[in-house]
Amino acid sequence: MPFVPLTAAEAAAMLERVGVRSVDELFEVIPAAVRFPKLDLPDGQPELTVTRAVRGLAATDRPASELACFLGAGAYHHYIPSAVGALANRAEFATSYTPYQPEISQGTLQATFEFQSLVCDLFAMDVANASLYDGATAVAEAVLMAERLTRRERVVLAGSLHPEYRSVVQTYVAERGTELVSGGIHTDKGALREDDLVALIDERTACCVVQQPSFFGSIGDFTALRAACDRVGALLVMVCNPLSLGLLRPPGEWGADIAVAEGQSLGIPMSFGGPWVGLMATREKYVRQMPGRIAGAAKDAQGRRGYVLTLQAREQHIRREKATSNVCTNEALLALHSTIYLSLLGPSGLRQVAESCYQYAHYAAAEIGRLPGYEVLTPEPFFHEFVVRCPLPPADLNRRLLSEGILGGLPLGRFYPELSDCVLFCCTEMNTRAEIDALVATLAAG
Amino acid sequence: MGEPLLSELSVEGRPGHRFPVPDVPPTALPAPALLRERLPLPQLSEVDVVRHFTRLSQLNYAVDTGFYPLGSCTMKYNPKVDDEMARLPGFAALHPYQPPETTQGALRLLAELERALAEITGFAAVSLQPSAGAHGELTGMLIIRAHHLAQGDGRRRRVLVPDSAHGTNPATAAMCGYETVTVPSDARGNVDLEALRRELRDDVAALMLTAPSTLGLFDEHMLEIAAAVHEVGALLYGDGANLNALLGVARPADLGFDVFHMNLHKTFATPHGGGGPGAGPVAVRADLEPYLPVPVVARAADGTLFLDVDRPQSIGRVRAFGGHFGVLVRAYTYIRLLGADGLRRVSQTAVLNANYLRVLLQDAYDVAYNRPCMHEVVLSGRRQKARGARTLDVAKRLIDYGYHPPTVYFPLVVDEAMMIEPTETESKPTLDAFAAALQAIAAEAAERPELLHEAPHDTPVGRLDETTAARHPVLRWPVPERLAVTPTGAGREEPMGV
Amino acid sequence: MTPDDRRYSSEHEWARVDGDEVVVGITDFAQTQLGDVVYVELPRVGDQVKQMKVMGVIESVKAASDLYSPVTGEVVAVNDAAVSEPQAINDSPYERGWLIRVRPDNLDELKGLMSAEEYDLHVSDRGAEE
Repeated sequence: MPFVPLTAAEAAAMLERVGVRSVDELFEVIPAAVRFPKLDLPDGQPELTVTRAVRGLAATDRPASELACFLGAGAYHHYIPSAVGALANRAEFATSYTPYQPEISQGTLQATFEFQSLVCDLFAMDVANASLYDGATAVAEAVLMAERLTRRERVVLAGSLHPEYRSVVQTYVAERGTELVSGGIHTDKGALREDDLVALIDERTACCVVQQPSFFGSIGDFTALRAACDRVGALLVMVCNPLSLGLLRPPGEWGADIAVAEGQSLGIPMSFGGPWVGLMATREKYVRQMPGRIAGAAKDAQGRRGYVLTLQAREQHIRREKATSNVCTNEALLALHSTIYLSLLGPSGLRQVAESCYQYAHYAAAEIGRLPGYEVLTPEPFFHEFVVRCPLPPADLNRRLLSEGILGGLPLGRFYPELSDCVLFCCTEMNTRAEIDALVATLAAG
Repeated sequence: MGEPLLSELSVEGRPGHRFPVPDVPPTALPAPALLRERLPLPQLSEVDVVRHFTRLSQLNYAVDTGFYPLGSCTMKYNPKVDDEMARLPGFAALHPYQPPETTQGALRLLAELERALAEITGFAAVSLQPSAGAHGELTGMLIIRAHHLAQGDGRRRRVLVPDSAHGTNPATAAMCGYETVTVPSDARGNVDLEALRRELRDDVAALMLTAPSTLGLFDEHMLEIAAAVHEVGALLYGDGANLNALLGVARPADLGFDVFHMNLHKTFATPHGGGGPGAGPVAVRADLEPYLPVPVVARAADGTLFLDVDRPQSIGRVRAFGGHFGVLVRAYTYIRLLGADGLRRVSQTAVLNANYLRVLLQDAYDVAYNRPCMHEVVLSGRRQKARGARTLDVAKRLIDYGYHPPTVYFPLVVDEAMMIEPTETESKPTLDAFAAALQAIAAEAAERPELLHEAPHDTPVGRLDETTAARHPVLRWPVPERLAVTPTGAGREEPMGV
Repeated sequence: MTPDDRRYSSEHEWARVDGDEVVVGITDFAQTQLGDVVYVELPRVGDQVKQMKVMGVIESVKAASDLYSPVTGEVVAVNDAAVSEPQAINDSPYERGWLIRVRPDNLDELKGLMSAEEYDLHVSDRGAEE
């Protein structure tokens, strides 16, 4: 029996010591009518057999690593340096649990403290937590946090916020009495823009949530919005792409009160949607309303420096129904991936990869924009994604591309009926000029 | 001195990871007002990074290092083959928005895992979306709320929670807008049935119950509780953190649960990761299936699988993309390795191991409840406390003996609680040695309690001053004073000085 | 020794009349139960508090408790020293560790609170239950 080492002899000795004849006696408290059901599952199989079957499933997939990938929209195909996996998958990190006993968990605790520090430096914010589930739930938690801090119930979401993020916020605030207001988008002289949010900010507004770069790739200026929030005491929540922060002005410098992000682009495999990592940072004065675990520095009796989980009175195991959130298990191991990734790249590496994404995307946009019938709708400035209006149905286009080994961008019709002839393309450092030229050639061929 | 921080190891100009120079004609960057001037990240070489994190890892105790009897966490062995399967490129490099014709293998794995978990728990349908147990609780309670609202039943504003419940239960209920009402336990560790009946009015939405309970006990009135809850039109929510006691033993649906979450990082052996990732699938009875979060794995007319989001009664999305697929692959592999017979053996052995420890320790410590336990046993350190050594001290002294301590001070209803969950992946010699250590510590508590007060003795740091850490929080390394070196532009190599 | 110059609530707060104000704090029993106080959140000067309604929170490393005002009225002073150095609440819960001063709406409210003797009984009854 795999992973159950007990021998028959050991079991016999233990049963005798416990004072029962068989282990089934220990289950007598289970109502007889429902005890020991027959499970309609195959019997267990040896590792060799199971791996053959599982590999067989994986082999039928065509992953982005085998294709020229131009698909983004919140999940990104980036290069993960080999040292990330080699370190993060060490058993001492992977098979330990929440550091409840700090004396034997300093590895996890110090790595967490470093993660928090890196997020603060990247975002230019005061304090960060030890991670949430993903970028979308981080936005939802930020909204709840803003409602607690301001005691207001109206929340304004930018029209250019990732539609799935908006959806998660809706799930989290349903039936709470939150008034959720969404800005819209429009096209203006061939450029896709979002509706101005300033007019939507009023004295009942708890927070305004914006995304940088936007879902459509645009880089925005939030000076006017920050001023509008200041006028009524609303909080500014910014959702960022953390890799883009190797280049772009960080949320702290825009005056964000709460900054959140999806950390997948920092050294984490796409893995069909998860596990990823949600980042959250805020101003020092709001730290006690921030959800999630937090590691802090501490000293022992001999003055040695160590790290502990701290400010735990915010959390569910102490505060129960009055906790900032119900979050317990987080994304510690994925946060470690990001910590190692950022350590390996440093400022010049992160700047380099961000610039590469920018350069490839702009080359691609320029080349596609030259094709008859294709129109780039995302105006400058944009980061590494852009919307293209296509002369053919996007689904057909993507099928054609796939037959050439190219993973096309995201058809936007699923989220925006008015953009059902549009595709969101993404370029990263994983693309090459040859790949982009092949994409353009295939599009040109029609 | 301990391991320095990355910021302390940083040296300006230290070369890090390089990327290729983009082979396209360059485009001008955006206006300076949109760019950052300072990027104050630490600068380290790869060898620095590798040594730093390798050394940090060596400061951790882990399941792969030794016995980790953390009650209610099910720290069982994490099969390495599961990790290898999760890393297959056909899984790890899949973009969640890829067209279904390129992801049929992954979709099939999801469909088969849903079916297996439904079979194990006895429910009609399963969602693999939630990212953790608490996330599963949130999902499950939102489903329950949707159900009541669909019945026109908006006045059900209360959720009942036993006093032994894990903190996530009331926290979840509060997040869903419910008022939590606590129900006491009786002297045998069951939910107090009379107290429960008094609270069960028609304004109750649900009772959230952990089975077996956090006391490691199976409620002796399980079926009566379910009946009482259903009688007032409320639903029975199941916290499946302790499912390791019930695999092939009892199906939660058969016990009367309506909605039930599982913790894959507990029962199904996926690694705990130092605090996460987990996964918290939610199973529901048939009439609640329309409320499941999106997306749902569905079969098209041509027999292929796809992710269905067109579900009008769904509670919506609980995360942006799919669930924790990498964790789900591990659980799937584990279930295939064990099979029906193996899963039952898991629970039988887990329960035998816990009872074995119970009888070995019942002289030296107070066992909180005088009846056979399930997969975990709760002890009380009250006898040791009377001699001046608290459960905290016992726990720290266990570290000196080479063990990770059990869960302490939970559940709250047991004084000086110590919750021990051995799991089925531990052998008899390990259990014997652990019991001997606890017995030795009990003797020390009586004769030389200072050994416990000063423990642990040989760890990289001793007991840390958590009070000062909370009064004057230091939550990040010092803010970098000076600018990082102006980051090199893409591809420009720094010339070596002579 | 529980000071007998003041009244006590069932939630372990005390109220002492001082001139035309009432001084409020937590009892020695409360601070012992809590452990080292790490943080306390109090109302602001000018806020209204109501008897037996939550007015703030007090936290230790391992616990958090709501604070219930023992009297109704307007907050006229807050002990900033205790907020910045919460150890004072542990060391001197009845003197230096005071929390707020209130201009009470109705001093008769204090009759509904317990005397020192009654409070001591209340605490020992609690002890007997555990």
